[in-house]
Amino acid sequence: MRTYPGLIACVNCDTISERPNLARGEQAACARCGSVLLRPGLDAQQLLALSVAAAILYIVANIFPVIGLSLNGAHHETTLLGSVLSMADGSAAPVAVVVALAIIVVPALQIGSLCWLLVFAQAGRRAPLFNPLMHLWEHLYPWSMVEVALLAALVSVIKMKSMMHVHIGIGMWAMAGLVMLLIGTVHRDIRSLWVEIADAAGVAS
Amino acid sequence: MSAGARAAEVGFICCRVCALVCDAGGDMAQCPRCDAEIRSRKPNSLSRTWAFLIAGLIAYIPANVLPVMHTHSLGDAHGGTDNTIMSGLIEFWHQGSWGIASLIFVASIVIPSTKIVALIALLVNAQRALPSRSAQFVRLYRMLELVGYWSMLDVLVVGLVTAVVKFRGLSDAEPRIGILYFGMVVILTMLATLSFDPRLLWDRRPGKG
Repeated sequence: MRTYPGLIACVNCDTISERPNLARGEQAACARCGSVLLRPGLDAQQLLALSVAAAILYIVANIFPVIGLSLNGAHHETTLLGSVLSMADGSAAPVAVVVALAIIVVPALQIGSLCWLLVFAQAGRRAPLFNPLMHLWEHLYPWSMVEVALLAALVSVIKMKSMMHVHIGIGMWAMAGLVMLLIGTVHRDIRSLWVEIADAAGVAS
Repeated sequence: MSAGARAAEVGFICCRVCALVCDAGGDMAQCPRCDAEIRSRKPNSLSRTWAFLIAGLIAYIPANVLPVMHTHSLGDAHGGTDNTIMSGLIEFWHQGSWGIASLIFVASIVIPSTKIVALIALLVNAQRALPSRSAQFVRLYRMLELVGYWSMLDVLVVGLVTAVVKFRGLSDAEPRIGILYFGMVVILTMLATLSFDPRLLWDRRPGKG
């Protein structure tokens, strides 16, 4: 089968264009429908630094409480996992699976696989399990909802503050930082690794 | 720059995983670079999208009618209050938190209902060769992809509130079945959006390039 690494096809209208050579910060749009075709981002080393920072904040966000409440001297707080477990208890239980995936499992897989791929990529090497992880990446992409969870935490604070004293936990601050880092890392198109790593390693001939 | 040929017209397929363009000579092949099974179009795109959409539409009614959360505090006359999506929103409005009320209105009411209408419009447009406004419909589709998952907001709020309001007897909150249906609406419409292939909007039409 002949391949054309110099071409690119728009995912939204199927129009073929030549793959342009773009500098960082530039982007190419499809001539027919205007969708973004390419938007080169950070190089592997910079992405790796951000991904490791994201991994650390992810751990902090999951260990420490997100919200705490005080009522008549009693104190109660919850972590992200706590909110999943609370959903799992009762008639709406199946939705807990979705919540667990969206705010805990998918972000962990994304950050973990990104760190793994990039540790090798910044040394110009192809990581073990490169193919399966890149495939996994493609399926995980729509299901990460950390930014929605952050907004939900803020809404919950406002919802409860009329009735009781609410504390914002370390977990929520970590989530805020994590959302920033995810925009710079996980929300990037990392398919350029196929060109930089897989082709360079002589896989496609 | 004028638009060039479309991949399907010349027998090319673009891999959805690694974006390599190859000369497949058919509708299906295996990507030579990443081994993914590649297809010219998403398989059974229209029927899958309809199926997820109709399932979402069915869940939409209980999602909005049934209570999503039960709250109970000491001194409540009738053993607590059941909140629906709408009543939670109205509560914010009465508190004077209009910003938050509008935010929830957009995330929980406007986005899910617009998503359903927009998906129907996309499906109908892809099924018939309507006058070409495909570029606008692609923009609509990209917007659905971007905003769709924000509707999970209310589900996550219920999770957090019910997890933290646990003061035995004094004040309690529990999730109710409505939130399951609401979560299903969000997930099913997301699956419908993912199953839809926007390239179908351009097929069956003479190329304009």
